[in-house]
Amino acid sequence: MILRGKAWKFGDGISTDHVQPGKYFHLRGNLPELAKHVLEGAREDFPALFAPGDFVVGGRNFGLGSSREHAPTIIKLAGLGAVLAKSFARIFFRNAINVGLPLVICDTDQIQEGDELEVDLEAGIVRNTSRGAEIPFSPLPPFMVRILNDGGLFYHIRKHGDFQIE
Amino acid sequence: MGKTIAEKILSEHSGKDVSAGDYVVVNLDFMYMPDTSSPLTIDLLREFKMDRAQYPERTVFMFDHCVPAPRMEMANWHKKVRQFAEQVGAKVHDVGDGILHQVAAESYIEPGWIVVGGDSHTCTGGAFGALATGMGSTDLGVAIAQGKTWMRVPETLKFQVGGEMPRGVYPKDLILYIIGQITADGATYHAMEFCGSTIETMDMEGRLTLCNMAVEAGAKFGIVASDEKTREFLRTHGREKAYREVRPDPDAVYEKTFEIEATTLTPVVSHPHQVDNVKSIEEVEGTSIDQVFVGSCTNGRAGDLRLVASILNGKKRHPHTRLVVIPASRRVYLECLEEGIIKALVQAGAAVNSPGCGPCAGIHLGILGENERCLSTTNRNFHGRMGDPSSFVYLASPATAAATALHGKITDPRKVL
Ligand code: SF4
Repeated sequence: MILRGKAWKFGDGISTDHVQPGKYFHLRGNLPELAKHVLEGAREDFPALFAPGDFVVGGRNFGLGSSREHAPTIIKLAGLGAVLAKSFARIFFRNAINVGLPLVICDTDQIQEGDELEVDLEAGIVRNTSRGAEIPFSPLPPFMVRILNDGGLFYHIRKHGDFQIE
Repeated sequence: MGKTIAEKILSEHSGKDVSAGDYVVVNLDFMYMPDTSSPLTIDLLREFKMDRAQYPERTVFMFDHCVPAPRMEMANWHKKVRQFAEQVGAKVHDVGDGILHQVAAESYIEPGWIVVGGDSHTCTGGAFGALATGMGSTDLGVAIAQGKTWMRVPETLKFQVGGEMPRGVYPKDLILYIIGQITADGATYHAMEFCGSTIETMDMEGRLTLCNMAVEAGAKFGIVASDEKTREFLRTHGREKAYREVRPDPDAVYEKTFEIEATTLTPVVSHPHQVDNVKSIEEVEGTSIDQVFVGSCTNGRAGDLRLVASILNGKKRHPHTRLVVIPASRRVYLECLEEGIIKALVQAGAAVNSPGCGPCAGIHLGILGENERCLSTTNRNFHGRMGDPSSFVYLASPATAAATALHGKITDPRKVL
């Protein structure tokens, strides 16, 4: 699968409170509405800026903090294509795969705001077409790729009846 | 080759001889969720027609973040969860019972168990020599329906802490110090095992505080081996039969060992807006504070409130500094009522609310206004965590919180002890 879109840069330590600000707690039962506020905690005007398929590009430890799955869910629902970061917090990492949001761990210093990117999930390469650079990344563990390809963990379990870990 | 506690428990539960780096599917001993993440879990279980609980007696829903319901939306979440729990036969701890991790510690978690919770601070339960970790709504949904989950066996970081902690220094200072040293992603995907003479003499309340904050260094588990202190806690909570010894093998392999000399520790404060932004009390002393909050799954236990009450003892909070106190559970609340702690706090000018999370997650019962500063005994100080995005949260021990409430500015607790 090859994803294409524009890069939106965020710094290190973007927490789930940045992705889904606590002040919208009461909207958690209304995910489409909540998605209109995606990443507002980090950049107030962000929801009005990006186009469908664009990428969130973070630094270290993206998604730290609360276990709220609403964070990756609204990134996906808002139409963003994937999150690229140098590293991810553990719970966010699982949650994103579980809801079918692709994550890429790579050297995001090689990406600037506005760069056009092509993310090849199978080959493990981010092509920065604005800069003619190729950034390699290690693919996810095979078991997690299976969950992602099935569309998320619930689809995975519905399809196979159990975890297909082997 | 010897095993760490994480490797031992994951081997037992998967029926295989596993070590760090292996992937396993494990049966779960206990699954619990707060009122914030369970509504989404229930929607998903219904959508995928998996609305059942494999082990209803081990599945517990707790109402804690939004209690009593501050808004209609949340009242409706509660209705949904009560109805679902009844449908699948799961247990509910309703409004007023307390914060999920505290209730889990008091009434459920046993040494050697694998526990998953729909909240990041589920790692608190590792204080029993158990593996407890937080997950999102989907993982919990599948765990509830299937009674199992998958895990990667983590590498373990060992924190060997020796010596007596000086006056004015508490387990909260120790864990903040550690997080300041290894940073907010220093233990990502790892287990943190706390051991050494300081930990052996630390009571369960302190161990719960340590393990609670393991996730703030990115860890999957915070773990303390079980011992007589664990047994004693279980006994006083009517669960002595649950005791078993869980320790690492003497030749267990650790990725890294950190040695900490507790006698050299001092009170510290985590400065906004990152937990690992840890400074000595001297660096932040004198910062004026609008609100002090004492509570949460980190430091809302009876010992914490007792300490605060003993420092405030007959005095009044500073007129410019609000003091909000929330006992972590009904049991804590009752214990504090019986001992006169609540009365002392109210007389000192505290607003005491009924058990729950309250302002910790910025939902209600004491959220912050523009540019306000709060010194809090909680575990997170991210931008806007406790209210307005321009507000500031400083994390510290209950003693520092009490000293600060007295003086209206961040104060070294050693000056009031
Ligand atoms: S007290 Fe705070 S950190 Fe603990 S469970 Fe509640 S909201 Fe989360």
